Amino acid sequence: MEFKATREAYGKALVELGKIDNRVVVLDADLSGSTKSKEFQKQFPNRFFNMGIAEANMAGVAAGMALSGLKPYASSFAVFITGRAFEIVRQSICYQNLHVVLCGSHSGISVGEDGGSHQAIADISLMRSLPNMKVIVPADYNETYLAVLESINMEGPVYIRTSRAKSPVFIRKDRFELGKADILKEGKGVTVVACGMMVNLALEAAKLLEEEGIDAEVINASSVKPIDRDTIVKSAKKTGGVVTVEEHTIIGGLGSAVSEVLTDEYPVRALKIGIEDVFGESGSKDDLFCKFGFTKEAIAKRIKEFVNG
Amino acid sequence: MEDFAELERIAKEIRKDVLIMLNKAKSGHSGGSLSVVDVLVALYFGGIMNYDPKNPAWEDRDRLVLSKGHACPTLYATLAKAGFFERDLLWTLRKLGSPLQGHPDAKKLPGIDASTGSLGNGITQAVGMALAARVLKKRYKVFCIMGDGELQEGITWEAFMAASHYKLSNLIVIVDFNGLQIDGRVMDIMNISPLKEKFEAFGFRTYEIGGHVYKNLIDTLTTAKRNVVSPTAVIARTVKGYGVSFMANRVEYHGVPPTDQELERALKELDNGV
Repeated sequence: MEFKATREAYGKALVELGKIDNRVVVLDADLSGSTKSKEFQKQFPNRFFNMGIAEANMAGVAAGMALSGLKPYASSFAVFITGRAFEIVRQSICYQNLHVVLCGSHSGISVGEDGGSHQAIADISLMRSLPNMKVIVPADYNETYLAVLESINMEGPVYIRTSRAKSPVFIRKDRFELGKADILKEGKGVTVVACGMMVNLALEAAKLLEEEGIDAEVINASSVKPIDRDTIVKSAKKTGGVVTVEEHTIIGGLGSAVSEVLTDEYPVRALKIGIEDVFGESGSKDDLFCKFGFTKEAIAKRIKEFVNG
Repeated sequence: MEDFAELERIAKEIRKDVLIMLNKAKSGHSGGSLSVVDVLVALYFGGIMNYDPKNPAWEDRDRLVLSKGHACPTLYATLAKAGFFERDLLWTLRKLGSPLQGHPDAKKLPGIDASTGSLGNGITQAVGMALAARVLKKRYKVFCIMGDGELQEGITWEAFMAASHYKLSNLIVIVDFNGLQIDGRVMDIMNISPLKEKFEAFGFRTYEIGGHVYKNLIDTLTTAKRNVVSPTAVIARTVKGYGVSFMANRVEYHGVPPTDQELERALKELDNGV
């Protein structure tokens, strides 16, 4: 299987967008080599603006550009663009419902060695809580590419979460559809809803569960907001139990979004697999995934306990 | 435009409208609204800004960003006088359903170029607008009015740094320097001096002028529009509560409206030119 980082797809898609629309402008805060927005700079230097290490100002500048008729894409590490710049994202971008696309790269603990200070674990919660904001957590390189391409047609603000680490490329589809979840594996025993890098792990965990006689349905909920209520509720009605898996705190992220839907429409037993209200730390991505329970074995074990519990 | 008496007449009417608005709303910011009246009158009626009240979204218009958004009653009264909407709308300030929100909302009211209110947000958007003009090959100017207390927000200096770095000569920052903030004197709460030197160090061509003197305002803003090398900062020395004797330079009137009796007294003063 091919391995690629989702952040690489961001850079590639930006270049495509730059070709089709000369109102696309790209901003970064001194991390263009890491977020991959540098790819755009190479092709369109006059429409690329490095704002220096000043993420909050970058967000406001992007808002002013959107008010003037441009289509800004602004990127930084997820922890900074959703944390440091939060108030500006709220006041200047979301409050005015401006079409600004924010890309937070280096999300989650898969950042690895840089440690807890740089690992965004609450960015989904933060962005999801803002009115008008859309939140997209693509499952792999292919889906990231499609989501970034599609983002130019969306209305209002969009947050796209990418990752530093390489991960399997496995999504096969023609286009990204906001608000639509994909059932990647059908099953009757339990529903597993995941986003980002956890989608592939959930699929692998489902294979292990199959050997134990548990027939899991695996759903890719890359559109965390708006979330695909119908697909989730339909699956819950079929299986009677829902597990969420995310590389993010279990407070306010995908697990909460799914729980909100279920509470409203079809309460069933549920389990949230994610980061348990703690910060990350330094280590290799693989070591951290072992420690935090993001392996197919650990995920399968927890799903099995849930099903049997 | 040399007819400053006409500008002074307009300013007096706007001050009266602002006081009536605030009194009717029973909340809002009197002091900082009154200090910024003459700056806004100079911009909109002194031949400085290009705008078309019948086409508020005109792409080539000059932009006005009121970064000290709490002074919006003055901007609303100015826009009404300039013909963006009916004067009667002013009396709905801060009421449920009114486009005249407690702080400016660009989505609700024509003539508002950016939603502001949370201090520091306006200047960042103004920088974005000025930079966008370069990409879009437009010749519009962006005027951004800031409070002196607002400059305590660190992001304002991020924005100034970017404006200077990108040589945004189409950006003109005007500081309504009234010296007061909610908790007291700016110099006592968190001193921002020396301000002119700070702006200059950040690459701005900087002027310090009397903010209630029309000749100063018009001359300086006209010169600023011709600057093609750097952003401009105009530090306008103003008096909080200007035009109403019992509000002038009084910190207590930062965030309160005039009572009925105070309104009556204030309107009389303005009419009699006290």
